[in-house]
Amino acid sequence: MRHEIVEKNLGLMIVLIVVVISGGFLAEVVPLFFQKDVNQPVDGLEPLSALELEGRDIYIREGCHVCHTQQIRPFRAETERYGHYSVAGEFVYDRPFLWGSKRTGPDLARVGGRYSDAWQRQHLYDPRSVVPESNMPAFPWLFDNRVKHTTIEARMRTLQTLGVPYTDEQVASAASDIEGKFEIEALVAYLQQLGTVISDKR
Amino acid sequence: MSTFWSIWISVIVLGTIFGCWWLLWATRKSQTTDTETDRTMGHSFDGIEEYDNPLPKWWFYLFIATCVFALGYLALYPGLGNFKGILGWTSANQWEAEVAKADARYGEIYAQFGDTPIPELAQNEDAMKIGQRLYANNCSVCHGTAARGQVGFPNLTDDDWLWGGEPDQIWHSIAKGRQGNMPAKGVMPNMTSQQVDQVVNFVLSYSGRERDAEAAKAGEAVYQQACAACHGADGTGMTAMGAPNLTDNIWLYGSTYEWIRETVEHGRQNEMPAQEGRLTDDQIQILAAYVYSLSN
Repeated sequence: MRHEIVEKNLGLMIVLIVVVISGGFLAEVVPLFFQKDVNQPVDGLEPLSALELEGRDIYIREGCHVCHTQQIRPFRAETERYGHYSVAGEFVYDRPFLWGSKRTGPDLARVGGRYSDAWQRQHLYDPRSVVPESNMPAFPWLFDNRVKHTTIEARMRTLQTLGVPYTDEQVASAASDIEGKFEIEALVAYLQQLGTVISDKR
Repeated sequence: MSTFWSIWISVIVLGTIFGCWWLLWATRKSQTTDTETDRTMGHSFDGIEEYDNPLPKWWFYLFIATCVFALGYLALYPGLGNFKGILGWTSANQWEAEVAKADARYGEIYAQFGDTPIPELAQNEDAMKIGQRLYANNCSVCHGTAARGQVGFPNLTDDDWLWGGEPDQIWHSIAKGRQGNMPAKGVMPNMTSQQVDQVVNFVLSYSGRERDAEAAKAGEAVYQQACAACHGADGTGMTAMGAPNLTDNIWLYGSTYEWIRETVEHGRQNEMPAQEGRLTDDQIQILAAYVYSLSN
């Protein structure tokens, strides 16, 4: 075979490179877009409420996902500690998902209901007051700042466009639902619902 | 997965493997001319030329081996659309096997303790070693590694119990959880600021620490109206409601005038999350015995 044919025809080379590197994507990723397992919500999954959604945005803003994953892998060591392994149907309304890839802190996929609200607040205000060996930063400003109720409607509309089944009433009342709340309330509300759809905790 | 996507995946995966194989064979040079190292590609730049030698044999056969490995893998494990693979492996059944194996090994250890009454179990050294580990993993985050608690989270080593310290009460607290709720200003929502001051002084007088004896005296009437329903007419609390004893000078939310005033004005809500479902019944039994052993 003659190398020159490929090496001297840039157009042909580009086509061949695209063919080579797209193989994995076409076989492993594209079919997932059309599969029920990953597109259908698990039974009982509801879109986040306005307050929880605001909490999720605070979670992202503060970079919680940098140290905490939200994905329990199907290994006994993980399910013993964190609860039932994560399934794709739990994340269909997550845009973007917050699975994460690094666990400096523990996984939070099923942290909902594990601790009391009071504990979550205390822990976010001063982590070392409840867990002396913790190296998590404190987030005291969450207790002073109010949520951004003026943009919540636009954010919910965006998610609606992306296929999250918010009703128009939910979007319309979102701003008044959360107006005046503190950021800590939103974040704790978000944390307390994480992973609670699958009730089998072990 | 639909047949279309199954075929789509299979064609791309197998096509890629066999494509690599074909490319390797089609561009292969005669391996017998290994020694002929002076043939060049025929182009020269600034006198620099490129040899046109065949691939080293070990490299060539390694490449073939990876293709063979890939085919073997696809035969054994799921990878080609709907084909499940000869081994029938899935990540879920691997997890189930792992759990079943562990249950068979550790289940017996837990089972021997599961039916033992809590006070008896608390005397068992082996069970208490397990209990200590369970406690460290599941309870110490709130109640502290030494079980002494902290503001808002009760001390488990003393004799003062919000919800009762009998074995079955401890078991209930762990398994079913508890919801503590002190309403702001008790059952007297229109309590005035002066009355709050009076009732706080009265409560402090139980332990002889009132700031203002007169206010404390006036506070008794407020107390009987607003607080006695849960904390009892004599202030000794009520375990059925999780209402603490106010006379023992053990304070969950701080003992100073300011802290108690904060509690009266805004109320207190807290929760002990139910562990049933998170832990097995046997584990809860051992844990209850461990907590019981801390103060008995």
